[in-house]
Amino acid sequence: MSAHTILAIGPGRRLYSRFANRLSWRSAPVILGAVIILGAIIIAISIPWWSPYDPIALAGRRLQPPSWGHWCGTDALGRDVLVRTLYGTRYSLTIAALVLAAGVSIGSLVGAVAGFIGGLLDSTLMRLADITLSFPPILLAMAIAASLGPGLVHTAIALIIVWWPIYARLMRAQVLNVKGLDHVDAAVVAGALPSRILFKHIVPLCWSPILVNMTMDVGQVILLASGLSFIGLGAQPPTPEWGQMIAEGASSFYSWWIAMGPGLAIFLVSLSFNFLGDGLRDLFDPRSRAST
Amino acid sequence: MLRILLKRLVLMPFLILGIVTATFVLAQFTKGNPLISIIGARALDNPDIVAAAKARWGLDKSLPERYLIYVDNLAHGNLGTSFRTKQPVLQDLADRLPATLELVICAMIVGAVTGILLGVISAQFRDTPADHAARLFALLGSCIPMFWLGLLALFVFSVQTHLLPGPGRLDIRSDPPNTVTGFMLIDTLLAGDWDGFVDAVRHLILPSLVLGWSVTGIVARMVRASMLDVLGQDFVTMARAKGAGEGRVLFNHALRNALIPALTILGFTFAYLITGSVLVETIFSWPGIGSYAVDAARSLDYPAITGVTIVGGLGFLIANLLTDIAYAAVDPRMRSAA
Repeated sequence: MSAHTILAIGPGRRLYSRFANRLSWRSAPVILGAVIILGAIIIAISIPWWSPYDPIALAGRRLQPPSWGHWCGTDALGRDVLVRTLYGTRYSLTIAALVLAAGVSIGSLVGAVAGFIGGLLDSTLMRLADITLSFPPILLAMAIAASLGPGLVHTAIALIIVWWPIYARLMRAQVLNVKGLDHVDAAVVAGALPSRILFKHIVPLCWSPILVNMTMDVGQVILLASGLSFIGLGAQPPTPEWGQMIAEGASSFYSWWIAMGPGLAIFLVSLSFNFLGDGLRDLFDPRSRAST
Repeated sequence: MLRILLKRLVLMPFLILGIVTATFVLAQFTKGNPLISIIGARALDNPDIVAAAKARWGLDKSLPERYLIYVDNLAHGNLGTSFRTKQPVLQDLADRLPATLELVICAMIVGAVTGILLGVISAQFRDTPADHAARLFALLGSCIPMFWLGLLALFVFSVQTHLLPGPGRLDIRSDPPNTVTGFMLIDTLLAGDWDGFVDAVRHLILPSLVLGWSVTGIVARMVRASMLDVLGQDFVTMARAKGAGEGRVLFNHALRNALIPALTILGFTFAYLITGSVLVETIFSWPGIGSYAVDAARSLDYPAITGVTIVGGLGFLIANLLTDIAYAAVDPRMRSAA
């Protein structure tokens, strides 16, 4: 393909053809991941319309092992485990979206401003990030969730506090890199306002590592959120949240099927996001294709 | 490097003060009433008891006063008294630290050994099915929720097949050895209790495998990348040209150098293991700091929660510092670089 045709197709098509050129058996995990994630999103949105049972109402006899009527069995209160697991996608995906949207927005804004302005503001903001990062995430999240009281919204707040500094650091490093490029100097010479330089000339070039990191982090957010629910600080019964369901499975220990659905669901979703993140990294960073 | 280390050391007190302040501020946001866990919900109607409890626990003082008292107490090694166990938090933590350390160290060994092996295999057989399988196995460890894996492992190995014992550190019917170090493996040996030692080892297997697998992926990824770097270098070709066997080239020449950058993730791995130990200890009824933290959080025991958070934060800081020092110690180039 000559340079002229590349210019003619425009950026959208170019991204697409970059994808298409890489289609080989090596991209199987990425495609698998994308399909599972898409499926999970569709299920999360549409489940109330086609679910055969209510997720928090009696659906059959208690503690029934998997059968044709209940593919994943029923729990200690006679609720269908599969239906509850499918409903669980709503909570996990929502919390991951919420935490990452807020964490990335706050983090990137702080990081961009700190990196761009520098000086005292930079060191103050970054020390704040350092302090937050110097706690093991679960302990900080537990302390926050425990002070706010249990509940999904509080879990989300706790996780946002845990996650923003990661993105602040990432964005700051990116901004520092891009700040020295020639086109930024050109914008300065042209007399552009600082805010315009930062948001129009610097930040747009900083997104790709953040996007990759975000995709990889979805799995981590889901794991930590369900972990908090598992120890009783997140979603409360009877919410069909995965971690909460595994806790219920732990209390009816001999009925192994109760925890099987939600456990597999957490695993599949977080694996899929990891696959997708790997794919995105290869797409954005040709060097990682060569070395890893 | 010395300058970086010194800079870190100077920054440490500020970070610690930051951690302390952060935990104090956090505890003030509380929605639940801590008085409930101190005197019980029924006594809340009695103003005399409430006033006495408030005075006893310093809840009647103003916020800045409480902060100063708190920092002053901390400076004297006093983390406060747990509402729940009515014991000094520091004492509680000291009692439970060895159990957590024993588990985390075993898990770290599991994670390091599997991670290094898988990393070497991936690098040596790069882009072959062996590489993909090794990477997938490592990735699975960080995607499977540990609390679910632990549950499954207990069900399969303990309940179904009776291959391994259930939760806890020792068989509940056996007498625990006298506490000397708090490490069950050492204490049973000191007591000359061979059966107890074997029992302790068997109890450690499942939790350390579950916890260790969760960091396999991090280690393997790092080792693979740095092995690929090293394997392309001249001294490796040189070793091969001398006629050294492939195993010798891999482990004696390449791996030794590849492990240096891999050391940097030690501190990071520690944070992961602490996170994991909270969940794994809960599943395996392990009497460590993780399960203590969970019990404290469930019963709104603030002194205990803030204590655990501070100690966890400090442990994390120290782990990172040790990583830096280890890095400087093994890589001569880092010592001179400022």
